[in-house]
Amino acid sequence: MRRTVSRIRKRIDMPSQDPAERRRNFQEVALGYSPEEAVEEASRCIHCPKQPCVAGCPVEIDIPSFLKLIAEEKFGEAAAKIKEKNSLPAICGRVCPQENQCEGVCTLGKRGEPIAIGALERFAADWERLNAAEQKLPEAGKQEGKVAVVGSGPAGLTVAAELARMGYEVTVFEALHVPGGVLSYGIPEFRLPKDIVRHEIEYVQSLGVKLLTNVVVGRTITVDQLFDEGYDAIFIGAGAGLPHFLNIPGENLNGVFSANEFLTRVNLMKAYEFPEYDTPVKLGKKVIVVGAGNTAMDAARNALRLGSEVTIVYRRSRQEMPARLAEIHHAEEEGIEFRLLTNPIRIIGEDGWVKAMECIRMELGEPDQSGRRRPVPVPGSEFVLECDSVIIAVGQSPNPILTKNLPGLEMTKWGTVVVDPETMQTSIPGIFAGGDIISGGTTVIEAMGDGKKAARGISAYLQQKARV
Amino acid sequence: MYRIVDKRELADKITLFVLDAPLVAANARPGQFVILRVDEQGERIPLTIASTEGGKVTIVVQEVGKTTAHLRSKEIGDALADVAGPLGTPAHIEKLGTVVCVAGGVGTAIIYPEAKAFKEAGNKVITLMGARNKSLLFFTDELAQVSDRIIYATDDGSFGHHGFVTDLLQQLIDEGTTIDLVVAIGPIPMMRATCELTKKYGIKTVVSLNPVMVDGTGMCGACRVTVGGETKFCCTDGPEFDGHLVDFDELAARNCQYVDKERLSYSMYEEKRGCGGRCHG
Ligand SMILES: Cc1cc2nc3c(=O)[nH]c(=O)nc-3n(C[C@H](O)[C@H](O)[C@H](O)COP(=O)(O)OP(=O)(O)OC[C@H]3O[C@@H](n4cnc5c(N)ncnc54)[C@H](O)[C@@H]3O)c2cc1C
Ligand code: FES
Repeated sequence: MRRTVSRIRKRIDMPSQDPAERRRNFQEVALGYSPEEAVEEASRCIHCPKQPCVAGCPVEIDIPSFLKLIAEEKFGEAAAKIKEKNSLPAICGRVCPQENQCEGVCTLGKRGEPIAIGALERFAADWERLNAAEQKLPEAGKQEGKVAVVGSGPAGLTVAAELARMGYEVTVFEALHVPGGVLSYGIPEFRLPKDIVRHEIEYVQSLGVKLLTNVVVGRTITVDQLFDEGYDAIFIGAGAGLPHFLNIPGENLNGVFSANEFLTRVNLMKAYEFPEYDTPVKLGKKVIVVGAGNTAMDAARNALRLGSEVTIVYRRSRQEMPARLAEIHHAEEEGIEFRLLTNPIRIIGEDGWVKAMECIRMELGEPDQSGRRRPVPVPGSEFVLECDSVIIAVGQSPNPILTKNLPGLEMTKWGTVVVDPETMQTSIPGIFAGGDIISGGTTVIEAMGDGKKAARGISAYLQQKARV
Repeated sequence: MYRIVDKRELADKITLFVLDAPLVAANARPGQFVILRVDEQGERIPLTIASTEGGKVTIVVQEVGKTTAHLRSKEIGDALADVAGPLGTPAHIEKLGTVVCVAGGVGTAIIYPEAKAFKEAGNKVITLMGARNKSLLFFTDELAQVSDRIIYATDDGSFGHHGFVTDLLQQLIDEGTTIDLVVAIGPIPMMRATCELTKKYGIKTVVSLNPVMVDGTGMCGACRVTVGGETKFCCTDGPEFDGHLVDFDELAARNCQYVDKERLSYSMYEEKRGCGGRCHG
């Protein structure tokens, strides 16, 4: 294939559902490359010697090699190459913020557009799944040691997959009735179809991982009981599930939800198929979503699909919005209104139900600890926005249900668990942790990176334990 | 899957189930609950654990909507999709002296394990049991067994005192009974009335709240209640709280959020069963 310079500079756009169409359905927005498009896009890689993309990937996927395999139309081998490092490629290809990672440091990006690594990862994984072309990874010999994993989000699934591949006996305990963590209850169907999540979890199970749902560790079974039952090490990947509220008047009015509640009702419990599914969700005509992270975008776009008009209210400016770039674009295309530099100060009710929200305008002041410019209220700029539902998506922190009953576990003042950054071991020997429970909330791939490190840490711990 | 190993009708539209759920049974303590789903399309609903024995968990369910109706239609040998628990903070049981248990409606099932635990901890237990009418009273023998004294009231006078359980409580107070703790569990108006009364006399009162829940693990905040001016998550901070601090108005309002949807779902279910809701109970 002859490549002109302009061709190298521009990437092949991934087709997506038309905004006017998709804003009213729950089907996947991004449609994925065709094989021809994938080959053409992968061929743009110049195979630069420094391979910055590999270092930019928290799980160090051998990106140039899998791109080369796609360019050579060896799609199944490309998928197998990715899976050497990443057990959940169809998921990561869809939800990673590639613009800050592999694609952000791609050499091509200096002169033009970086290679669409995420889209190609997704393509390889989807091709493998749709063609039932899964290649078996080499099996390791059996290792002494039994590991319990708490939580089946990306962190827990990764630790489990890695340890199982090393030959350890692993059981994952999940509090909810469905595994996957945020992948199942948080991220919507139209961005990450649940069939795909299910398929990748089944792959992890196929590696020999046992998975038990409906087990709330700390309540159903305690950590001490797990050790008593013969588990040699425990990994805590319980995420950051505790939703924050704004602590403003009116927050307990009917019609105010945390994003977690709203998303759980819709994504996990399938409230959009009520009454075929029993769980309802009640949304008014005008919905305000507070916040501008991935959670806020997901909540807003779900609300839109349920037929509401949606406004996002965010106290900082566009540059500070933490959501993935693609999701912000998609939200805008679908007709979600953004009210930036706006902060809610009160929710106004009538007969117990939300009726409006009082806000104040903000302006950006000096940078704060996070390096982002701190928003400060403009005196006298209060105004009222009418609405009949409010969804609060202003962050979350670890759920203390498990950690509060673990005396001796070192925690930060933000409620996150302290670990050794190399081994991921906590202050209690034999207990490891990773993912949102140590970070307070980052990304799927960071959680997976933690899981990988923890698997190595746990393996080293078990080897040492076996020796003494 | 969680198999139903026993089923018993206790009263009008109130059914007891014994479920095979060994992990839940192993760690359950009085005051805790399970979240269950009947089937794959089902919603997650909280139900208090009435008792446990050898890997089995007993729950009592009153039919109030589609999910509870669907659950009541299940028979011995059938399986439920999910049973997760025990959830919630266990009741605080200690030796105090005299504990009065005020039970209303299906709250009777919830109060039973607590009355039993308070009795076992060495307290004198007085149980006041109320229902709309005689046909709705259940667990009378069980509660009598763990109570030093038990008094009944029905709204229509069909059994025991003609009136409310709060009348009985007032009588106890008037008789000069020293009461160290009141535990009131039942419909919101009953718990509210009990708290109003005990507040006047400065008697510590614990209530068990029943807000709408989704996950039951502290992850969604659907169950938030205001206690002492602070927002609490009932599923993890509760379900039991100091009744004198609970904002019952807010709780009552929040519990109405889904009535229309629940009604729709219930009537569709009834229609599907083709009985218009008259042929069972
Ligand atoms: C709505 C939303 C959208 C997001 N979008 C993106 C995105 O596009 N891209 C991206 O990279 N990141 C995104 N994130 C962030 C990302 O999902 C998280 O960083 C990641 O899922 C963290 O993984 P985890 O394994 O640490 O925890 P989680 O995914 O939270 O999983 C934790 C699991 O542990 C279970 N658990 C908790 N306590 C217990 C217990 N005591 N016993 C048993 N099980 C327990 C929970 O039920 C849950 O299943 C998003 C987050 C949200 C909420
Ligand atoms: S039910 Fe979700 S937090 Fe309590």
